Amino acid sequence: MAIEVYDVNKRFGDFVALGDVSVPVDDGSLTALLGPSGSGKSTLLRVIAGLETPDSGRVVIDGDDVTDTPARERGVGFVFQAYAPFKHMTVRDNVAFGLRVRKHPKADTERRVAELLGLVRLDGLGDRYPSQLSGGQQQRMALARALAPQPHVLLLDEPFGALDAQVRAELRDWLRRLHDEIDVTTIFVTHDQEEAMEVAEQIVVMNRGRIEQIGAPRELYEHPSNEFVMSFIGPVNRLGGNTFLRPHDIEILAIDEAGGATEALVERVVHLGFEVRVELLLGDGERIWAQVTREQAAELELAEGQILATRFRSPRVFAAG
Amino acid sequence: MLGRGALALYLSVLVLLPLAALAAHSLDGGLSAFWQSVTTPEGIAALEFTLVVSVIVVIVNVVFGTLIAWVLVRDDFPGRGVVNSLIDLPFALPTIVVSVVLLALYGKGSPVGIDIALTRSAVGVALLFVTLPFVVRSVQPVLIELDRSMEEAAASLGASPATIVRRVVLPSLAPAIISGAALSFARALGEFGSVLLFAGALPFKTEVSSIYVYNQIENDNLSGAAAVSVVLLAIALLVLAALNVLSRNRSRHVL
Amino acid sequence: MSSSVRQGSRASRYALRTIALGYLTLLLVLPLVALFYRTFEHGLAPVWAAVTAPYAVHAFWLSLELVAIAVPLNTVFGIGIALLLERHPFRGRSLVGALIDVPFAVSPVVIGLSLVLVYGDQGWFGTSLMAHGISVIFSVPGMVLATAFVSLPFVARETMPVLRELGTDSEEAAATLGASPWQVFWRVTLPAIRWAVTYGVVLTTARALGEFGAVSIVSGNVLGVTQTLPLYVKNEFDNFDVTGAYAASVVLALLTVFTLLFMQVLTRKARRAD
Repeated sequence: MAIEVYDVNKRFGDFVALGDVSVPVDDGSLTALLGPSGSGKSTLLRVIAGLETPDSGRVVIDGDDVTDTPARERGVGFVFQAYAPFKHMTVRDNVAFGLRVRKHPKADTERRVAELLGLVRLDGLGDRYPSQLSGGQQQRMALARALAPQPHVLLLDEPFGALDAQVRAELRDWLRRLHDEIDVTTIFVTHDQEEAMEVAEQIVVMNRGRIEQIGAPRELYEHPSNEFVMSFIGPVNRLGGNTFLRPHDIEILAIDEAGGATEALVERVVHLGFEVRVELLLGDGERIWAQVTREQAAELELAEGQILATRFRSPRVFAAG
Repeated sequence: MLGRGALALYLSVLVLLPLAALAAHSLDGGLSAFWQSVTTPEGIAALEFTLVVSVIVVIVNVVFGTLIAWVLVRDDFPGRGVVNSLIDLPFALPTIVVSVVLLALYGKGSPVGIDIALTRSAVGVALLFVTLPFVVRSVQPVLIELDRSMEEAAASLGASPATIVRRVVLPSLAPAIISGAALSFARALGEFGSVLLFAGALPFKTEVSSIYVYNQIENDNLSGAAAVSVVLLAIALLVLAALNVLSRNRSRHVL
Repeated sequence: MSSSVRQGSRASRYALRTIALGYLTLLLVLPLVALFYRTFEHGLAPVWAAVTAPYAVHAFWLSLELVAIAVPLNTVFGIGIALLLERHPFRGRSLVGALIDVPFAVSPVVIGLSLVLVYGDQGWFGTSLMAHGISVIFSVPGMVLATAFVSLPFVARETMPVLRELGTDSEEAAATLGASPWQVFWRVTLPAIRWAVTYGVVLTTARALGEFGAVSIVSGNVLGVTQTLPLYVKNEFDNFDVTGAYAASVVLALLTVFTLLFMQVLTRKARRAD
């Protein structure tokens, strides 16, 4: 199901959560809503789900204007950051919930639940209670539960935020594969740019209730439309107020190979495994850091106190504001 | 919503209307009649006595209630669970039974020879009985959640246990103690059943305001009873409001 | 439970413990023991006779009848108002919250009086009620009102913090899964608050059963007709029938002890359920 959001506005008291937000989402795609806290990404997700009503604007799912349709009639599956398990029900009953409230035939329900538990690899745990599962397992249960009534759209609100790093990485990977298998239009909210870049086909970057840029991960990284997007997605150096530079776009050369290059003093060299971070002090007092490989660092015999030449590749200039 | 209307109706029929009627009837004969009803010698004596004994009871409760909460949370002894449930007894026991229970031990024919029935102390003891749980139950959860690291930090800085309690623990418990005290006071002010049989209703001696009001009702002086009731209610609400503000102010710094 | 801290010497710990337990013994335990002692001082027979006296039995059943009406009413109200205040906040919500707490601040005598002033002969609705032949004061309906008034807050007060802590996540999840508002309440919310509600019901029952002052004023205290068990205790005492008073008190005290035990069981169950 394709989703269209048109000119949606939403305020909470004086706080503008969403300001004239319009987003297209292709059928079957995997989209990330990315932004810092307060950017409105969760609010937008909840508006699409029908858990919040916009003050103005429209939400269209598969050609139908659902702006005034309540959540339970929209056919969306929703997964919460804190899993929102039904604590007093077993895992099986949790997953079956969406089918049971629609008075689905019993045998069919049981079959589907078993199928889903297998899909999320929780088979054998059907009779446990959510409190007896780990965080990662609870989230997989939440996913199975959301998928049971065969929603047209799957929405996930910071689904991996409450989990530790390793589980998070595993589930990210798993979500990507699940999406390939199930092919349901999926939107997830995250503040982690790495997560968005790794999982999503399309990223919607949001800030303070507005859309900054929409595009594929690579597109956003290589052609950011403004300072915010560039700083949010990937590391960045700021020069002279409105020039921005990626650390790996700073070429470091020996001082005699100069010729049109800026002089810099090496203040600190940090070895981070494969990558080497070089903190540089420029002649005009500005400080930047460059990213080079181990080999390059060895070649240049990088050391503190060294004076080198730097060249800047594709710096980007954005207007102030 | 239909539900909202039903809830509003229930609340009105049960609470709102009666309170309004109370206020209205107290002014039945105008302000002068109100003032007259409230300033009868017997009424004033009852009110004075009620206020004094309630304040004393609250002070005793603050001390012993905090102490009991402390022992229940920080100490461990066989039967602690039983003692903990015992605290709820005054909540659940019918007030008239409280009177009888106290009479059984501290009244006429006492197995230990103590007879304080029909005295002013009897009022105090009865009120202590029924208000026991308020401070204890208010302080207990706070004490359980209290961050021990504050006390450990104080100890590492050289403070003696007594100092730690005085300067670290008690200030943190202050909001809970105050709100427990407020509830105790409100309860003590209006207590009726437990005082009635044990302390009797001797005017100018052991008569508390609630019993005075009861007598006025029996004598068909409804507007007079209403007037005194309004005064009692006003005092209770004022003290509750004041103590709640105090408690909230202190918890802003503590939590 | 927190472990005991070696704060201060053992001596001070024992001292505190002794003072606390001593206070409780003198105030609560010994008087209760004395009650049972003096009731059964002359054997079981006189107690049994007192407890099975017709007026006593009638008082017992009347008390139960009041409880059977007031408690369900207050339970439904309590859950409803808790849901309203926690899930659908509105302006004036603190006023409603304060109204619910009124029974804690008001003397039972004042409660009885205020009901008489509305529903009694001289009260606001007095004449219209009389015209329809409905008797509220001095009969059971008035006593139901008094009992309901004094036991009003408990279910609401126990349920509200649980609802607050529960949060709306699981209810929203149920909505997205297709559940109607009633289904959400019945299948998700209610099971989550059931222990809080039960605890509130137990407190309500104990309060309703033991009410004396308000019911005393509203009932007219007519022996065998509008006398509850607590009123019966007073009645017996006034008539110098000490055995009767003690016997009825023991019945009420035993009911209270059962209530407390039940509360203990519930607290443990609720804790395990989390």
